[in-house]
Amino acid sequence: MNPLILAFIYLAAAPIVGGLIVGLDRKISARMQRRVGPPILQPFYDVLKLFEKEKVVVSRTQNFYVLTYLVFMMFTGALFFSGGDILLVVFALTLSHVFLALAAYSANSPYSYVGAERELIQLMAAEPMIIITAVGMFVVSKLVLPNGSFFVSDLATLSVPVIYYLPAMFLGFVYILTIKLRKSPFDISTSHHAHQELVKGVTTEFSGSTLGRIEIAHWYEVVLMLGFTYLFFGFDPVLGLVAVAFVYLLEVFVDNNFSRVKWPLALQTSWLLAAVLGVLNLAALYFVAGGGV
Amino acid sequence: MEVMSFLPQVEVVSFLLLFPFLAAAALLLLRTDLVRNIFIVASAILIAAASIFLLASGYGSGVVYYVAGAEPTTQMMFYAELLIALGIIYLGLRYKKMPVVALAAVQTLMAIYLEANFAHGLSAENNLFTDQLSIIMALIIGVIGSLICVYAIGYMRDFHHHNKDVKDHRNIFFFVMFLFLSAMFGLVFSNNLLWLYFFWEITTVCSFVLIGYTRTHEAVNNAFLALAMNLLGGIAFMGAILYLASSGGGIIELDRLLASGKAVALLPAVLISFAGLTKAAQMPFSSWLVGAMVAPTPVSALLHSSTMVKAGVYVIIRLAPLLAGSLSGYMISLVGAFTFLLASGIAISQSNAKKVLAYSTIANLGLVVACAGVGTYEAVWAAILLVIFHAISKSLMFLCVGTVEHRISSRDIEDMGGLILRMPKLTVMMLIGMSGMFLAPFGMLISKWATLRAFIDASPLLSPLLIGIIAYGGAVTVFFWTKWMGRLIEVTHLRKSIEDKISLPEWSALYILAALTVLVCLLFPVVSSTLVEPFIEANYVLPLLDGQVNILGQSNLTIMLLMLVLIMLMPFSMLYYGRERKHISAYMCGRPTTADMKFSGSLGITRELSLRNYYMQNYFGEARLLRAGTILSVGVMALMIWGVSFGVILI
Repeated sequence: MNPLILAFIYLAAAPIVGGLIVGLDRKISARMQRRVGPPILQPFYDVLKLFEKEKVVVSRTQNFYVLTYLVFMMFTGALFFSGGDILLVVFALTLSHVFLALAAYSANSPYSYVGAERELIQLMAAEPMIIITAVGMFVVSKLVLPNGSFFVSDLATLSVPVIYYLPAMFLGFVYILTIKLRKSPFDISTSHHAHQELVKGVTTEFSGSTLGRIEIAHWYEVVLMLGFTYLFFGFDPVLGLVAVAFVYLLEVFVDNNFSRVKWPLALQTSWLLAAVLGVLNLAALYFVAGGGV
Repeated sequence: MEVMSFLPQVEVVSFLLLFPFLAAAALLLLRTDLVRNIFIVASAILIAAASIFLLASGYGSGVVYYVAGAEPTTQMMFYAELLIALGIIYLGLRYKKMPVVALAAVQTLMAIYLEANFAHGLSAENNLFTDQLSIIMALIIGVIGSLICVYAIGYMRDFHHHNKDVKDHRNIFFFVMFLFLSAMFGLVFSNNLLWLYFFWEITTVCSFVLIGYTRTHEAVNNAFLALAMNLLGGIAFMGAILYLASSGGGIIELDRLLASGKAVALLPAVLISFAGLTKAAQMPFSSWLVGAMVAPTPVSALLHSSTMVKAGVYVIIRLAPLLAGSLSGYMISLVGAFTFLLASGIAISQSNAKKVLAYSTIANLGLVVACAGVGTYEAVWAAILLVIFHAISKSLMFLCVGTVEHRISSRDIEDMGGLILRMPKLTVMMLIGMSGMFLAPFGMLISKWATLRAFIDASPLLSPLLIGIIAYGGAVTVFFWTKWMGRLIEVTHLRKSIEDKISLPEWSALYILAALTVLVCLLFPVVSSTLVEPFIEANYVLPLLDGQVNILGQSNLTIMLLMLVLIMLMPFSMLYYGRERKHISAYMCGRPTTADMKFSGSLGITRELSLRNYYMQNYFGEARLLRAGTILSVGVMALMIWGVSFGVILI
């Protein structure tokens, strides 16, 4: 399909899908806690309500950074789903999160300031594993494509089962997925749960439509990260969708069963796992592929 | 390979070699401010224009050799070296720096031994040459170096205004700055290794003088530290020449060295690369460049962006074809990679802006070295891109920090809170410079991306490790730059502009460099296809299957262009947000808070809010990581020596 059309489908559908996933997430979480839980459409009601709130700011420029965060999150996802270069997707994702951190910094408030630092720590914790995963997929693609490919359009349709070659990397990726989805125990910069923190970390100083934009960006990111997860199973679309659903349920389960950890633990464990599961898997892959790489 | 003497290039090359030197000599005599300033600006414009002219006339003609200079020139260089060595030994004795005296003595003895035994056999057919790489380097030296000299006019006036206890030796200062440029041009145009060595030593001495400019205790110590480490590199360089003279069949030209194959050339190539590692401040030699920040900021800018350290990586890039596929090459690559990772980590723990810049330079040079050590055509392509982008962004950053330091009397990042309101124009330039260092779609990110792609094809043994290192190092880089950016863009209550006292020379250098940072991102495909790729094609046999050097792909370049446009458009959204927003103060747990963020604490005491970045000393402390770096790099170098002494060539 035409990449531009795919990009537009993502831009239009991702917030709906992402919002629904988050709604389901809240429902399932509630059931795990023996509550009835909100309706599945609750996230949409929440965000729509945010857009009707009075427009107040701590500093005028914060909205500019938040808007840029959203725009680049959309850009990143559109690049991914239109089949673009996966490394460029990773870099654009980083760019987008940098803008969220900058937004929080610009408010010059103690809570959002600490939140910004923590957002950056999360970024720093997750990035090595993501880059190693992208490279791992490229090396796998070399088994079937003469020069290999970094393009998502190729990686998503690889005939070889990526997961067989990157089992350890997959585990490491699921681990940092917890960070990317802002799930406990790694929701250290801001949390969706009231019991985790009294003040909302990186989003403390944002309200109304600005906060709504951050939530929409989160929906876009959820869909993007699940798309990333799908790439491990691209050889079998049905298995892929089942695996993605399973991974997300696992994240919800983890979310509800662990309380937030301190940032050093999040950073240390993600880096350790990226080295052990990521780099070693990559080394093994080079070994298996031998002269072909 | 043919000599094309009808081109005016030879005149330009001689001009670039000699003119900065003559200008330097004149500056030594000029003591009136106004005359000197006009002279500096005029010379800088001429040098920059000449290097651009060299690009215009020479980019299409490939490698051109020049006979240039008869035998007496090399002879004179030898005597000049002896004089310099005597000077160093004298200063070393005077300041009781015995290691320096010993190193200088060893080096001089080696030079005398060479002169006495082999001088007759060692004459080069072509002493000078230009090719695309030397044109790129000449542009970096000629344009960025000259801009820094212009900037220094305003900066040094302020510097002596702020530091009354430092004696005003501005004539010597500018003499050495221009001499430095001259030596750098010599270095990148030399084909004769003896000439290359001579210019190499001149850059060492120039940086020694500039680092020690203020003559404070610290400055003198750091100047000698830099001297000692670079003399050690000089000894290795001399060793390479001696080896070539005695058992290398009298090869004394760079082109013949490159053509002679690994069996003959690997040992001298590794020795010269070792010299490159010292000059490029790779671990365990990184401390001299960090110490060099005691010098006035234009010196740091010059050392970090367009001269000195770039000379170090330049020779390694030149020798990359010889290093490729050898154990020693891989070990050099690992030294660079470890340096990249650990220096990036150390940058997290530093709040001194110049120190952050210094460690970031060391880290990026590490990446260049890592690429050059791998030595594949993709890796060398990435290395050259790194050199170009780094030179521009880093000089901009240093000059910005220098100006900020004079205005706020601090170089601490924690004192730069809310700078966007106090120095809006300068802060925007700093943000551009920082984006240029780590963010997509700007320069250094492009080159880091190229580096990652090159590492993937490096070697099955080394690739996973190198990929891991760049993945971690890149993540760390994002952290320390963004927290600095965050500090700058805080919206605080300090709103009085302090930007008005910045001099015209400073502004003009800053504006041009900021424009260049963005422009080079836009022009990067052109730079790559007209200069870097022809160089690669001339020096490497490209595989037939995918014979394209630019591995990033056309579609990605288009997308990055789109991102760049998007980033430039986004600030316009502020026009919209300027209206109809109600201002409230930040959340302070409900404490009564004033507009300037003073809140009432317990017992009715009014306290001021102060925010600090994370520095994570326990994890990224300087001492801790430097120790790790020293152990790793010394270990790797030991392996390298073992590799070269047994002639281990892996492929």
